[in-house]
Amino acid sequence: MKLFPIFLTGLIFGVGISISGMANPAKVMNFFDIAGTWDPSLAFVMGGALLVAGIGYRIVFRRPAPMMDTTFHLPQNNHIDARLLGGSAVFGIGWGITGFCPGAAIPVIGTGNVNVLLFMAALMIGIFAAKALQKRMG
Amino acid sequence: METIFTPWQSLGGGLLIGLASVGLMALNGRIMGATGILSGAIFGGADRWWRVALLAGMLCGPLVVLLITGDWPTIQVPVSNTMIIIGGILVGLGVTFGSGCTSGHGVCGMARLSRRSIVATITFMITCAATLYVLRHVIGL
Repeated sequence: MKLFPIFLTGLIFGVGISISGMANPAKVMNFFDIAGTWDPSLAFVMGGALLVAGIGYRIVFRRPAPMMDTTFHLPQNNHIDARLLGGSAVFGIGWGITGFCPGAAIPVIGTGNVNVLLFMAALMIGIFAAKALQKRMG
Repeated sequence: METIFTPWQSLGGGLLIGLASVGLMALNGRIMGATGILSGAIFGGADRWWRVALLAGMLCGPLVVLLITGDWPTIQVPVSNTMIIIGGILVGLGVTFGSGCTSGHGVCGMARLSRRSIVATITFMITCAATLYVLRHVIGL
């Protein structure tokens, strides 16, 4: 089954998110609240992830292609434009308001936590609205 | 709301997040970005199934933690439902226009030194911190 290794990759990600504290909004918000109840834990999440990904990517990119595909699918756009800046700024505001980001909330959907489900519903509304707006803007 | 400093769990979790990102790139050459994977699984065409498999794996993560430790991951939400809805909609709009979030830009993009991802990550970290500062220390929520 070709999809099983990919399932396992998702599983590792889900376990990582669960133990890291990224799925706990109170902890995420406290990382950014240096003037208040500061909790530096998230620096260790980012540090650990960047360390492994930074070294790991270098090793992976030495190969001509990934194991299950003919080519690496890397974003080719290299322009810093208004959409990137505006979108990222708005994402940061939303992240600051809720403490949830998509990659942290998705794995914990199965806990049945009502706040997570509410965030996911609102997230989907935002994504659908953005796709509709992007179609109009061309 | 005070939270406990957890350097080892957070580092361990971060290492696993990094490992998963490298694994996905090694397997099928894709960026481990939650935004793109979620959107692709919903709107995508024939190649959506790897995204569905990946999401299924992610969903099982907390279950593995529950089986090993006996506890679900801690989720404390110090804001109202209204704030969750407003914030969630803003996150959805932002990550779609910004082409990524913490996982795609913050981990994968930064790790491959993408200019766009570095700028995006700095931008959302600043607006996140500024929003929290205003909400907690200016408005006093």
